[in-house]
Amino acid sequence: MTDPMMASEAALAEPAAKEQTARPRRRTSYLGKRLGFYLLVTWVAVTLNFFIPRLMPGDPATVMIAQITQRTGQPPNPATVESIRLLFGSPDQSLITQYWGYLGQLIHGDLGLSISQYPVPVADLVMSALPWTLMLVGSATALAFVIGVGLGILVGWRPGRGLDSVVTPLSTVVGVVPYFWVALLAVWIFAVKLRWAPVSGGYAPDATPGFNLPFMASALGYGALPVATIVFSAFGGWVFGQRNMMVTTLSEDYVLLARAKGLPGWTVMLRYAARNALLPSVTNFALAIGGLVGGSLLTEIVFSYPGMGFLLFDAVSNRDYPTMQAVFLLITLTVLLANFLADSLYVLLDPRTREAS
Amino acid sequence: MVLRFLSGWKVRAGLTVFLLFCLLALLGPWFCSSVLHISPTALDVDSVSTPPSAGHLLGTTASGQDVLAQLITGARQSMIAGLVASVLGTSIAVLVGVTAGLAGGVVDSVLTALTNVFLTMPAFALIFVISGYTQGGGPVVIGIIIGIFGWAGGTRALRSQTLSLRNRDFVVAMRMLGESRVRLALVEVLPHLIGWISAMFLGGFVGGVLAEAGLAFLGLSSASTVSWGSMISEAQQGNALLGGMWWWFAPPGLCIALLGASVTLVNFGIDEISNPRLRNARRTLVRRARQAAVKGADSDE
Repeated sequence: MTDPMMASEAALAEPAAKEQTARPRRRTSYLGKRLGFYLLVTWVAVTLNFFIPRLMPGDPATVMIAQITQRTGQPPNPATVESIRLLFGSPDQSLITQYWGYLGQLIHGDLGLSISQYPVPVADLVMSALPWTLMLVGSATALAFVIGVGLGILVGWRPGRGLDSVVTPLSTVVGVVPYFWVALLAVWIFAVKLRWAPVSGGYAPDATPGFNLPFMASALGYGALPVATIVFSAFGGWVFGQRNMMVTTLSEDYVLLARAKGLPGWTVMLRYAARNALLPSVTNFALAIGGLVGGSLLTEIVFSYPGMGFLLFDAVSNRDYPTMQAVFLLITLTVLLANFLADSLYVLLDPRTREAS
Repeated sequence: MVLRFLSGWKVRAGLTVFLLFCLLALLGPWFCSSVLHISPTALDVDSVSTPPSAGHLLGTTASGQDVLAQLITGARQSMIAGLVASVLGTSIAVLVGVTAGLAGGVVDSVLTALTNVFLTMPAFALIFVISGYTQGGGPVVIGIIIGIFGWAGGTRALRSQTLSLRNRDFVVAMRMLGESRVRLALVEVLPHLIGWISAMFLGGFVGGVLAEAGLAFLGLSSASTVSWGSMISEAQQGNALLGGMWWWFAPPGLCIALLGASVTLVNFGIDEISNPRLRNARRTLVRRARQAAVKGADSDE
């Protein structure tokens, strides 16, 4: 949400990191601490998921039972009603009892039954959509990060000149353009006008999903444009953050020393300045994943891409509450996992986090 | 400081565009009906899906509505959502960030953990789900939801700024004199955070506009209000893409982008003032480094 401010945060991230590692810790304890934090976030997300339907005006559970009755022509059986009550609120039981029942149901992987595709279990729907989103967002994030940070290093090396005066304003403007609008433009230009890419979908209609070459090739072809649009909208934030960190790092004494020693420019840029300026970008990488996922959800809808975003769109327009809840929960878990991976990368990159006490 | 702030072309250009948009949001609907005599909802059945012409300066939608009228009136809805989201989000961020930085200890740990939790959670997905329940809310409702879940972004920055201010001599001196904590926060610390807070406010504003557009695109805003997001949404549903009706889906996105760009330009200026290292780097340090590099190159030969 606050892309323009990532830079300011990046400038602050370094002192914060120093403060965090002032007391040397073992590698396991740093990652262990992070893991504990992510468990906390998971709990908060699960609890929010419990309270949101209960705090909403009206009674979602009653609405859902009525919807099922309308769709199938008969009221749902008592077991289904009980499951809906557990997930979405019941007037007869105390909140504590409901909460424990809800947690129990989640632990068994029971996310309820979809309303719009009744009676398909939501877990099945979500699980078939997840790989698509993972591939889409995963490859787009990696590409955007590499391109963004790479450009940021180049641009920050000579601030205020040549490349910097073009790339930096451009990358910040790109960051404030809505993802889905970029996707719409891309569809119009590349799919409708130039016919370089298919307009929508995740794979060719004549391919059968699975580990076969035609399917994988078509999935790649169909994914190229969505990935490109996400990369286009997302790389700007990293250019800006990395550039500002480079500028800050360039004023460090060790960079001056490296230059004074007469080391080649590339060596100073990559091994002295960029290496140290990279850490806040990795921290920001973790923080940005959540926003990136949010944006890519919209991109999926533009392309009718068979991932979580499209599922969520479908669920929202059909008031399919169980699917909405499940998608949110799974997206949160995915984001947390990605965060943890970024943390592990941080440990690899920053020796201070693994110094023995 | 204000003069120096206004001296850069980036800030001036950004502020001008931003104020123009504010004016549009304030007077747009009146301007449409009284001056241009066009209505965002009236259906002109004689010209459906027409490209820009003298009768409809920006063309019409698939159901014959005037795109220009929609664009002008949509500004208000989008900007109300942005404003509500930003006021709410920034207030929470200032409250949490400054309190955490000043209080320290357990309060700090708890508030920092809270901030990180909100920062890590995919806020947009959460906003999605909640708006799914409150379907059809107006821009104010949407703004409130965005504000409540989108405040964490700048809080960390505010906290670390407060932390560094807390131990400055003037703050310590006033604390020694027995100033109350509230007065310390409001009179000594907050004025020094103005740069950060205004940057955050503007960033949150654009974030709010973007999020509102996203939600409206999903069909989650009230059906009776026209906003930039709902325009894009209707354009997509009306197959504007396949029909090549660029005049329908391009302008609202361009407006959002322009608004965002103007805010970013202003934030550039704020950033240079509140983060002097960036400013210095542009002048003396670069010159010094360049000289050093030239010397280095000379000695190589």
